[in-house]
Amino acid sequence: MHNHTPQPGQERFVAPAIDTELPTAVDVDTSHPPESQWKQAWKSLRSNWIFWFSAILLLLVLVVVCFPTLFTSVDPRSADLSNSLGKPQPGHIFGFDRQGYDVFARTIHGARASVIIGLLTTLIVTIVGLLTGAIAGFFGGWVDTIISRAADIFFAIPLLLAAIVGLSALNNVWPNRGYWGGVSAVVIALAVFGWPQITRIARGAVMEIKNLEFVDAARSLGASKWRNLFTHIIPNALPPVIVTATVSLGVYIVAEATLSFLGIGLPPSVVSWGNDIAAAQPQVRSGDNLHVLFFPAGALAMTVLSFMLLGDAVRDALDPKARK
Amino acid sequence: MTQPLLEVSDLHIDFSVDKRSVNAVRGLNMTIYPGQTVAIVGESGSGKSTTAHAIIDLLPGTGKVTQGSIRYEGTDLVKLPARKRRGYRGSHIGLVPQDPLSNLNPLYKVGAQIREVLEVNNVAKGKAADARVVELLEEAGLPDAKRRAQQYPHEFSGGMRQRALIAAGLAARPKLLIADEPTSALDVTVQKQILDHLDDLTSELGVAVLLITHDLGLAAERADHLVVMYKGEVVESGPALAILQDPQHPYSKRLINAAPSLQSERVSAQERTAIRRAAQEHVSEETEVDVETPAMQIQSLTKVFKLPGKGFSKTDLIAAQQVSFDLARGTTTALVGESGSGKSTVARMVLGLETPTEGHVYFDGVDISTITSRDQQLKFRRRIQPVFQNPYASLDPMFSIYEAIEEPLVVHQVGSKTEREERVRTLLDQVSLPHTVMNRYPNELSGGQRQRVAIARALALNPEVLVLDEAVSALDVLVQDQILQLLNDLQVELGLSYLFITHDLAVVRQIADDVLVMQGGRVVEQADANSIFNNPQEPYTQKLLAAIPGRDIPLAG
Repeated sequence: MHNHTPQPGQERFVAPAIDTELPTAVDVDTSHPPESQWKQAWKSLRSNWIFWFSAILLLLVLVVVCFPTLFTSVDPRSADLSNSLGKPQPGHIFGFDRQGYDVFARTIHGARASVIIGLLTTLIVTIVGLLTGAIAGFFGGWVDTIISRAADIFFAIPLLLAAIVGLSALNNVWPNRGYWGGVSAVVIALAVFGWPQITRIARGAVMEIKNLEFVDAARSLGASKWRNLFTHIIPNALPPVIVTATVSLGVYIVAEATLSFLGIGLPPSVVSWGNDIAAAQPQVRSGDNLHVLFFPAGALAMTVLSFMLLGDAVRDALDPKARK
Repeated sequence: MTQPLLEVSDLHIDFSVDKRSVNAVRGLNMTIYPGQTVAIVGESGSGKSTTAHAIIDLLPGTGKVTQGSIRYEGTDLVKLPARKRRGYRGSHIGLVPQDPLSNLNPLYKVGAQIREVLEVNNVAKGKAADARVVELLEEAGLPDAKRRAQQYPHEFSGGMRQRALIAAGLAARPKLLIADEPTSALDVTVQKQILDHLDDLTSELGVAVLLITHDLGLAAERADHLVVMYKGEVVESGPALAILQDPQHPYSKRLINAAPSLQSERVSAQERTAIRRAAQEHVSEETEVDVETPAMQIQSLTKVFKLPGKGFSKTDLIAAQQVSFDLARGTTTALVGESGSGKSTVARMVLGLETPTEGHVYFDGVDISTITSRDQQLKFRRRIQPVFQNPYASLDPMFSIYEAIEEPLVVHQVGSKTEREERVRTLLDQVSLPHTVMNRYPNELSGGQRQRVAIARALALNPEVLVLDEAVSALDVLVQDQILQLLNDLQVELGLSYLFITHDLAVVRQIADDVLVMQGGRVVEQADANSIFNNPQEPYTQKLLAAIPGRDIPLAG
């Protein structure tokens, strides 16, 4: 504590009181409507052009999946060998493949298998992963040990390799599966080895959130464990899970195409991009008639890209900290 | 006549947020003379740290000086090109940053990090630098400096890290040292040691210090000249003692009135007695219980945590040992201690969130460990409720304010939907929040408002006891004062008993009747508040009291 006459520049200064408004404890900013975290995320998503770009593309893909006949009336399964490897022409804008199938019709109809497999696998993986991860993270101890080690075991096996082995084994016991049989076999194979990714994310998020004070507050007011888990912890753990799930949707679509390309995914009778890319193999080697390969591969790439971009946009909206 | 070392005039700093620019600092004037200590005081968001960062050219992100000048020994730093300006950092103007945990690189030895300062500023190289590092660490008050220099930051305690940062800040012998909240993260006793040492060191070296702090008591105790900032503007500046004894601006007046460290001497014991009497009257009038029987009896509580030790063995951590006290109805018992003293562990055991290793917690004569049925447990939960420290973590961000306050009523199935809504409105009135907050979310409220919501939620079930775990520690002084006022009012109105956990002895005077001072899991002193403040028996209590900043400043009025 010192007290002496102030030096130049350090004289007593008092701002006019009218300049500043003093705070009151209870002023609430009512200039904008209330915003939940989900609403804020939507607001940030809405202002992101990447979101709109991918959303419009995906909407288009979804319409194609639901109503393929809006776009083509040609039967993707009717082949005329005389059209084999025909060039694009009016009425058949993508041309014909080796078997004489209309490539445009097959590209349109092939969307369904890819998108359904992507969506179904992601749905199953998310539900299973969220529940196992939440339970492991919340209860800890031996429950956590069992779930985490099981997840590690499945996680250690590369997804594609595991799916290849699984599907080959399935081919022996369940040959001619048909359309839905084929689709569910691929979904099961991918889901069985895909869930640990979500489990890990959900477990981590839950472990972090369960130590926050609002969980203790809820416990102190008598909320049961399960109420705590389902009303407080899981909703707060959702954002990272949703982000991972959106991005992995694209990954599963690629995985399906790869499996079909290798001949062990969907049966050849199912119209799918993977099968068509596989059928176009000779064209890749010869280098002629690349249109047979280009259109199914392009459709696949566009769909996957849209899902990945959507995942990026969703991550930016839900987790602003992760933004670059 | 000495020339000023630093002259800041009409400084404006803008940040651009979402393409809009926000004025963080408007028209700041400040002069620092060589060897002087000047303090900028303000609450969070007042622009005090932004000013400091502008002086040392470390404005984060989009921050930019838009107007005004910062003259260091006559040279305007704002106009200098970045390359030249860098030359001032470290060698002319040093910085002791706020958070000792994040400001040392965990991958390098402490000595190497101070050496870096010497090398970058061409003060010393090679062997000479190593020797200088040890000298500097010794100078900063670090015992056994030679060995310490070879250690990594994680081997240092918070106080030691802060000393290392002071050594780094002074390494190149700057003429001005900016200390940005240098001790806010430390316990009070450590804070005092470090500031005392910093005082000695800087006056010995003739270094001017610009102290950035939210603590008015601390600023007044350490500084010659005070600058009080509020919302980016200087509201008052001048000689420290003059401002403190005779504040002119309404904001400084409020700040000085609210500062617990300055006020604790003045809040009369009578006022506290009146609150206590009113609360106890309320209890005996409104309820059938006898005021004389304590609401809670805590008997020799002990908590031992098992920590993984070497190999497969476990070591014991005794978090609390033989803690006993009675919580009388309508009164406040404060549990005071520094970090690691076990105060929060005791609070968690009292709340039934943690099972004691030994000892008992009796609520109304019933041992809470014997409550097993869900029904009885719910009954116990209704009667004792917590309010936690961090207003940003104690409300579920996904729940609206209405849902948050309604939750206890839902869990306990109280009333119909409309009755619950009515109750939420009453509770909001009790904590003086407008009903318009009901459909808002926690992230839209200020810290103080959130803490009010947390209090409303705790009151929803008409509890008899509130456990306030550092409930005002994270708040700015003015808000803290308002919340303490609210707690006192609610105690009278509802006859509540409080268990008040805090590290801040200054606050205790404003709210507590009985005080337990804890250290290392043990209660070292236990008495009524007046005896603790006026006649502390234990050396540790005396040390804690002496560490309250600004305690000895004579106030006018």
